[in-house]
Amino acid sequence: MRRIALTVNGVQREAEVEPRQLLVYFLRETLGLTGTNVGCDTSSCGACTILVDGKSVKSCTMLAVQADGTQITTIEGLASDGQLHPLQEAFRANHGLQCGYCTPGMIMAGLSLIQSGAGMSDEEVRLGLEGNLCRCTGYQNIVKSIQDAARTMRSPAATATQGGSA
Amino acid sequence: MTQVAEPEAAQRYMGQGLLRKEDPELLTGHGRFIDDIALPGMAWMAVARSPVAHANITSIDTSAAKQMPGVLAVFTGEELASEWAAGLPCAWPIGSRTLPEDVTRDPRIPDHWPLAKDRVRYQGDGVAVVVADSRAHAKDALEAIDVDYEDLPVVTDMEEALKEGTPVIHEHFGDNEAYVWSLASGEVDKVFSEAPVVVKERYYHPRLIPNAIEPRGVVVQPNPAMGEYTVWSATQIPHILKLLLALTLNIPETKVRVIAPEVGGGFGSKLNVYAEEALALALARRLGVPVKWVEERSEGYLATIHGRDVIQEMEVAATEEGKLLGVRVNLYADFGAYLQLVTPGIPLLGGFLYHGVYDCQAYSFTCTGVFTNKTPTDAYRGAGRPEATYAIERIMDALAKRVGKDPAEVRELNFYAPFTEPKEVVTGLQFDSGNYHASLDKAKQLVGYDELRAEQARRREQGNPDGRLLGIGISTYIEMCGLAPSQTLAALKYGAGGWESATVRCHPTGKVTVVTGTSPHGQGHVTTWSQIAADALGVSPDDVEVLHGDTAVSPLGMDTYGSRSVAVGGTALYKAAEKIRAKARKIAAHELEVAEDDLEWKDGKFQVAGAPDKAKTIPEVAFSAWTAHSLPADVEPGLEATAVYDPPNFTFPSGAHICVVEVDADTGLTRIRKYVAVDDCGTVVNPLIVEGQVHGGVAQGIAEALYEEALYDENGTLVTGNMSTYRIPSAAELPGFQLDRTETPSTTNPMGVKGIGEAGTIAAPPAVLNAVADAVSAVGVEFIDLPASAERVWRAIQDARGGSPGARTVEAGETGASSMTPEADGQSGPASSEGGVR
Repeated sequence: MRRIALTVNGVQREAEVEPRQLLVYFLRETLGLTGTNVGCDTSSCGACTILVDGKSVKSCTMLAVQADGTQITTIEGLASDGQLHPLQEAFRANHGLQCGYCTPGMIMAGLSLIQSGAGMSDEEVRLGLEGNLCRCTGYQNIVKSIQDAARTMRSPAATATQGGSA
Repeated sequence: MTQVAEPEAAQRYMGQGLLRKEDPELLTGHGRFIDDIALPGMAWMAVARSPVAHANITSIDTSAAKQMPGVLAVFTGEELASEWAAGLPCAWPIGSRTLPEDVTRDPRIPDHWPLAKDRVRYQGDGVAVVVADSRAHAKDALEAIDVDYEDLPVVTDMEEALKEGTPVIHEHFGDNEAYVWSLASGEVDKVFSEAPVVVKERYYHPRLIPNAIEPRGVVVQPNPAMGEYTVWSATQIPHILKLLLALTLNIPETKVRVIAPEVGGGFGSKLNVYAEEALALALARRLGVPVKWVEERSEGYLATIHGRDVIQEMEVAATEEGKLLGVRVNLYADFGAYLQLVTPGIPLLGGFLYHGVYDCQAYSFTCTGVFTNKTPTDAYRGAGRPEATYAIERIMDALAKRVGKDPAEVRELNFYAPFTEPKEVVTGLQFDSGNYHASLDKAKQLVGYDELRAEQARRREQGNPDGRLLGIGISTYIEMCGLAPSQTLAALKYGAGGWESATVRCHPTGKVTVVTGTSPHGQGHVTTWSQIAADALGVSPDDVEVLHGDTAVSPLGMDTYGSRSVAVGGTALYKAAEKIRAKARKIAAHELEVAEDDLEWKDGKFQVAGAPDKAKTIPEVAFSAWTAHSLPADVEPGLEATAVYDPPNFTFPSGAHICVVEVDADTGLTRIRKYVAVDDCGTVVNPLIVEGQVHGGVAQGIAEALYEEALYDENGTLVTGNMSTYRIPSAAELPGFQLDRTETPSTTNPMGVKGIGEAGTIAAPPAVLNAVADAVSAVGVEFIDLPASAERVWRAIQDARGGSPGARTVEAGETGASSMTPEADGQSGPASSEGGVR
């Protein structure tokens, strides 16, 4: 067992972990953060996407021990004070989810894409989501949701208040 | 049969794109899916699976596994045999019926035990099971189970499987034929022998892996002292599962409660009773502890049902003008090694629809179901209807080519004229209502059909100098939904009814609980049902709570599949609300001191005719019914009603999809330039949700058309065995879609709803393939089949140009080529262009 310390959704956490434990199972089963889902065993689907030090990572591709000392954001860390994050709002307003299983990963991938400063044309957003699979929505409303959120998040008013969030 | 909505019912929320009530918990990570469930003292189950496709089990040694850390128990199939009162259920036992001789044979339902005992019949067949204190320990112990297999010859090709001398998978049947089932109408042979034009093509619909993004899983909590079990399962069918688990394990039905938590997509793959569900329940019973199993994705590729895998020999007879006279189809359906819940019925769901939306007088359908050493097939989104639609829509293009007409023109020539009363068609079905011209007109307009044809002609004239081949493909589809009238199901030998239930409970505070027997897994029933209830009761959708997916909460239900939920379950809700209004009217009249007939239901309340200020709302009446201080003599306290609705007919959604592609002649890569979908699902309750269903369905259909294909090697090993080798398109591979609708209300139910869950998946594959075929016809390619992957298209182009892409493509060209007269047919051999491997 190895001892790790990391910050998850702004909270300092410490735990003993098995060296072989995947980060996604550490989040889900040790910390009880079950919002991050597992959809495959080949790092293909992206359902487990989270932010590690601000960048999107498939949490099934990382061991928990590798996350020692990092800052992690999961889907549970986005809404604050009962207010949905603009990206969550946009997914709701644009019917960007159906069964909701890929949604946490899609939102985290979308957040990373928006924060990276990437262009928001249809093609750019679609390419940016290449690592995340959805079987319900046909992606159309997911793309729209991310474009919509980017407009909100990148507006001058929003950059002042949300620039540093997540 | 026509029923008209009560004219006085105010419509305020139906038809509006209300945002989904389901979303907040899913958006914040608080949705509770199967793998999120953890119980105190819970053990983990893992299944040891056969790595080979066909073998005798000569020995299993589990002694080492039992010594592994954390292991509670290990069992083989023999050791669990006493748990089962019956094998895994097949609820659709179809026997053979061959026409015109009308020879019948009893169904051939092979024994299908949750764990194989002496023989394995496909790669992934379970042979032993481990229970341990953690997911990892259970998996570790699998490695220590030692199984000796004596290999048997393997058959993976369904046509090979039918030949004499082929290894027989279930020996007591004598051969690998599950059934031959026929349906015929009109003078088929005469029509075909006399018709001036006969077009025949042969299609292979690939085997597909459903890939709901949430893997399957089950958790069972036993209450040993009471002999009670709570089963959580990622399932579409909690009610059917409860009944069949009770029967399979000989537990009183009243002692089993099944809960479908949030379910992360299904597409038919969770419409089943699986070995792992039975195993987890048996182990919880035997060990007295909660047992959990969640599949790994690659495990699911073997252990969860596959879809399609059908050879279709499709033939139409027509006049020189292209007027359809007859349809004759001969199908081979690969059922895999066993029959799952509804495996035998899937081809029948398409079997009545091979003439599509086209009038014709002679019809013949024959399907041969075949056992092979592969994962069982069963319902996958569309289930039988995508196959039928693919066959008729592809051959309509071939017919257009043969008679020298535009594909749109040939379709228009053959459409049934618009109808608003049920119309009997060649198969004996009664189409509920339809306006096929309207949807094609709209789709053509939306896509700019004439301009595109002009552009295509211009580019072809110029010799396509940029190497990009423009193709346009049409699919004017129909589906048979709203499953199903119980008596029709009886005639088709299905083992249950097709009704659905709803309960409406009006609380004294004005809030309303709706309990539905449908079981959503992404379709937004909570929102849609709230809209229906709100309009029917004159309340806000926010005041409506919708409960589902728990057999203790909704005792009556037939669950969700076959685009049935709104047409059958929504109608049950509509009818339960009618009962509420009937009772409420009595109470309101009593309180207002008027006769019941003096009240009119208007603007969501009962008003005294001519004195609208004298009125009672349903919440007001609910309070009175609860206090029961002053009720009419014959009225019981409380305001609650249940309706169970058995539909008098199916519903028949339809529509027109047009796909525009550009195929790169050098690489074979298809780019979809535009995709237009005009669907007619009757009355729309929530357009936002309907559009979402179409988006997803079309995406799955395009995936089927261009990317997806499960492949086995000759040893019966699944080659596309995980998500990185089976190609599911991401956002980057898919286009945006342009949607529109026509609304031809169904005559089957009072709201006029038809269903939309499967439409996109049914419509899209032929639209895309017709477009690709149209594009590559410019360079001489005569035939192209599913999936039109870049490699397949490239090989076909090379072949047409006289290059040498290898023997495989030559075979594809030969086996798939269109033949224009009956004399010219006589092709045989596998339809797949991948060397017969499927």
